[in-house]
Amino acid sequence: MDLVWELLIILLKIVVVVLLFAFPIGSLMTLLGDRKQSSLIQNRIGPNRARLPGINHPLVGIPHFLADGLKMIFKEDIIPRQANRFWHTLAPAISLFPAIALWAVIPFSDHYCTGTATMVDYRDVCVDGAFYNLFSISNLEAGLLYVFAISAVSVYGAAIAGWASNSKFSLLGGLRSSAQMISYEVTMGLSLAGILIIYGTLNLNEMVVVQGQLLWDWLPMWGIVVQPLAFFLFLAAMMAETKRAPFDVPEGESEIVAGYFTEFSSMKFAVIQLSEYVATVFVGSLVSTVFLGGWQVPWLYGDGFYFGNTDEPSIPLPYWLVIVLRVGSFSIKTLFILWLQFMLRWTLPRFRYDQIMTLGWKILLPLSLANLVITAFVVLVLL
Amino acid sequence: MKDNLSPLSPIDFDHMSSEDVMVLNMGPSHPAMHGTVRMVLTLDGETVVKCDAEIGYLHRGFEKQCENATWTQVFPYTDRLNYVSPLLNNFGYALAVEKLLEIEVPDRCNYVRTILGEVSRLSDHFTCVGAGALELGAMSAFLYAIEARELLWDLVEEVTGARLTVTYARVGGLKDDLTEDFPERWAAVEPRLHSTIDRLDRMMTKNRVFMDRMQGTGVISPEDAINYGFTGPVLRSTGVAYDVRKDHPYFAYDRVDFDVPVGTTGDNFDRYLVRVEEMRQSIRIINQALRDLPDGPVSVDDPRIMLPEKEAVYNTIESMIAHFKIIFEGVQVPAGEVYSFTEAGNGELGFYIVSNGTGKPWKLRVRPPCLYLMGGIDRMVEGGMVADIIPTFDTINMIGGEIDR
Repeated sequence: MDLVWELLIILLKIVVVVLLFAFPIGSLMTLLGDRKQSSLIQNRIGPNRARLPGINHPLVGIPHFLADGLKMIFKEDIIPRQANRFWHTLAPAISLFPAIALWAVIPFSDHYCTGTATMVDYRDVCVDGAFYNLFSISNLEAGLLYVFAISAVSVYGAAIAGWASNSKFSLLGGLRSSAQMISYEVTMGLSLAGILIIYGTLNLNEMVVVQGQLLWDWLPMWGIVVQPLAFFLFLAAMMAETKRAPFDVPEGESEIVAGYFTEFSSMKFAVIQLSEYVATVFVGSLVSTVFLGGWQVPWLYGDGFYFGNTDEPSIPLPYWLVIVLRVGSFSIKTLFILWLQFMLRWTLPRFRYDQIMTLGWKILLPLSLANLVITAFVVLVLL
Repeated sequence: MKDNLSPLSPIDFDHMSSEDVMVLNMGPSHPAMHGTVRMVLTLDGETVVKCDAEIGYLHRGFEKQCENATWTQVFPYTDRLNYVSPLLNNFGYALAVEKLLEIEVPDRCNYVRTILGEVSRLSDHFTCVGAGALELGAMSAFLYAIEARELLWDLVEEVTGARLTVTYARVGGLKDDLTEDFPERWAAVEPRLHSTIDRLDRMMTKNRVFMDRMQGTGVISPEDAINYGFTGPVLRSTGVAYDVRKDHPYFAYDRVDFDVPVGTTGDNFDRYLVRVEEMRQSIRIINQALRDLPDGPVSVDDPRIMLPEKEAVYNTIESMIAHFKIIFEGVQVPAGEVYSFTEAGNGELGFYIVSNGTGKPWKLRVRPPCLYLMGGIDRMVEGGMVADIIPTFDTINMIGGEIDR
């Protein structure tokens, strides 16, 4: 009976995370981020024509996003004559899979405490009960390694899409994206090595718990505080990994049309786009988990706000409110990183392919190595 | 059998057999190949080994059309040459015919032509700089530039009645004078242009990514540029200070003070900088010309050349006859030939006209600045990367309507 219950909860978590968080935010971002925000930046009005039946108001353009989805479904699906039908059809699924699977380890809040939660030494402790994993799909011990592994798989989607289309533009796009993603994975891993030394864990929820500790009793020990350089390195590497501007050479529309998805149409095109946006949202959630304290609200612990290492909370709060605040805090941080990515997208021109390689191998990689060495040295001396 | 039916094109097929290179057909339908040209690229990885530019997709027989139109009827055709700055083509052609007629237009006409010509040049440069940013992925900068262009086109529309197909010049003058409120309108637009130029400058000139993309790409030496017949901003970016407005002044350019910006390296970044500086100079020219704008008529007072007032046409027999003669037979231009050239947005726009003494040109040949620039594009992109074609193709600012005629 317990097993069935457990499975049901996991299924529910998957549904909630994927269908209620990742997809809606991912696809809404196509609208609000890419279209409405860009229109604000560019002194335009943006999408405002489509209306929902019965509501005579543009609703900041949300009906457009529904209309777009509907349109995509009804579009003709074109497969180029000499394309490899099997791989051409499979490629969108291959690129969507890692984008969804990555969400398995993201903690949306701390484990649920079945007893009474309180704080000891800036850590939540559960009195008269146990922690129960309710807010991440899976509490993997090797969570961060899982993220690296799955995001490495996402290169296959682009490479296969580019190769199977039988178009030279697609091929160039596929090659570019493979080269770019493989190069930036090195930086991505190394920039996090320093933070692994400090936190001493790969479990993402455990990482967030550690970030609840305070330096000098007032400064939350978020990743961005202890590893500021790694934050920028990791953000840049992740943006390159998800092929967002200014690293969007694999789909650089001016030179190679649309890159590896030039020959895709209809819902296949939409799925590739969607997986890219979901991956973008994931970057936001991962960066906020590792560097911005994840679900942590500064000075908020199991039963309220603590200013100083006291026994009683300075501002006591009910446990349900703490959970709401934490999930909200995580979502806001994620959206902030997303917003940052879109601001960059609409501000910066695109790099050239070889410049991206130079940046990755000759600047970001040495920097992340230096960061790792210095962190290791400092940790050795201090601890 | 089917393959034999495919249209032949001047492509070097030797490269196709090699296994180390890939032939990539860029255009004529490609997002970056605006103005429909086709580039057959031979690529070694991402490096361009060979570039074969093929033009002619927008050919509409402009020069032949002109032989069947009266001198005045040619004006609408010239609108469609460089469709980003149609007024400059209008004025260039009018100047050529006036040289053939050996007439002098009134001073006010020269000033108005200078003013509106520079307005057109501004719109041309704004489009070029903005589109360059767009193609490098900075769409916001593009829209800022286009907003400024809209302001300019509003000015043009106010005076000429059209945004693009202006047909504003006439042989011996202009269709109309400037509107009375033009100076106020210009005064309202000018600060916004300045702020847009400054904003573009801030967004792009010091932008590391932009500099990396533009500097050292699409380089051409001054010798090569001259040998290929380059003119305009592309030639000036190499350090050769040749500007028709300065070296062979026409209209009122010898009576206004302006600088000719030159580059040093002849790369894309210098071409961009030259254009940005020319925009500032254009604003300077307009301000001076508006300040010195003399009073008087804008057209020559000659019934054989200019259409009479509509009122006179209906009420006097002489005017009616003059009207009839100009409309049906055209302005009678004495036999002879002339080559007249002006500085258009992209360089020297020349008109070589042969007249046989009738109301229609016997032969009209255009020297479009872009044609010569496109002739040398292979020099600028070969050895670079595929991505470098984009800024290079933009900064030479090829306009399809002008190159293919």
